[in-house]
Amino acid sequence: MSDHAAHAPGLAHQFDDLDQQLDATTLGMWLFLAQEIMFFGGLFAAYAIYRSHYPEAFAAASHHLDIRLGGFNTVVLIFSSLTMALGVRAAQMGKNKTVFNYLLVTFMLGNLFLVVKAFEYHHKYVEGLIPGPWFSAHGATDPAVQMFFCLYFAMTGMHALHMVVGGGLLIYFMVQARRERYHAHYFGPIEIMGLYWHFVDIVWIFLFPLLYLLGLHQ
Amino acid sequence: MSSHVTPKKTYFAVFGTLMALTALTVAAATVDLGGLNTVVALAIAGCKAGVVIWFFMEVRHARPMTRLTVAAGILWLVIMLILLSSDYISRGWLGRSQGW
Repeated sequence: MSDHAAHAPGLAHQFDDLDQQLDATTLGMWLFLAQEIMFFGGLFAAYAIYRSHYPEAFAAASHHLDIRLGGFNTVVLIFSSLTMALGVRAAQMGKNKTVFNYLLVTFMLGNLFLVVKAFEYHHKYVEGLIPGPWFSAHGATDPAVQMFFCLYFAMTGMHALHMVVGGGLLIYFMVQARRERYHAHYFGPIEIMGLYWHFVDIVWIFLFPLLYLLGLHQ
Repeated sequence: MSSHVTPKKTYFAVFGTLMALTALTVAAATVDLGGLNTVVALAIAGCKAGVVIWFFMEVRHARPMTRLTVAAGILWLVIMLILLSSDYISRGWLGRSQGW
């Protein structure tokens, strides 16, 4: 390996070249995402068990969720995945200014999602649907209704936390793009950022029908 | 190397597909299919996740090792869900106390 190759911008010294570095980081990110699948999988498994035991209570409880807000957020998140993918594409072509713009749009869409989520949480608080001693689901006596909301807050809360982390990462990469860090051979970090963002989108793709839509036909 | 630049057109088509599937899942949820409602919802969500993984996450241009890791991640989730549900489904079979 020649000396100037070791000093290629963005190349960490343990890798032979940028291609090898990109392969290794992509694989590493997917390993991380595989354990994220298991992490969210545990929550989905808990949901499946409780719902199979209390189907009526879960269907009734889901009527307290606003399908319009959940649907709107689904569209917002999928659109943010599109802008993220376009941001990665711009990075692959070394267009730092375009990367910055797409990441900014993605960031704002992510925040829009969180703002809508905050309004939903506030509405649940006003209605007394926060699990605990003050829980009151309009005369519903079945304690399984409260279990639905435990899972609702655990699952959407963990998802929202991932969105907040993603937002922080986007700010970091926006700064890097402003500094013209990326070029047609060095764009790996943006690709890895994209993998994380799309994964969080996939979690919501499953959460939306399971939480919001399950009681719709009754 | 995976620096394959996908045409914008492809990403817009993927976005359109995801929007159509979102509309379909809402429409399907309004129809009473009995026990099939959940199956249909999960099937559509699975399709959407597959489209995101294949196109947005560029697994279609990924190396075999990366693809294997993606498949393993999904496989372990399936193993967990199957073992868990086989436990809960078979609990009453021996005629003992079911707990809950």
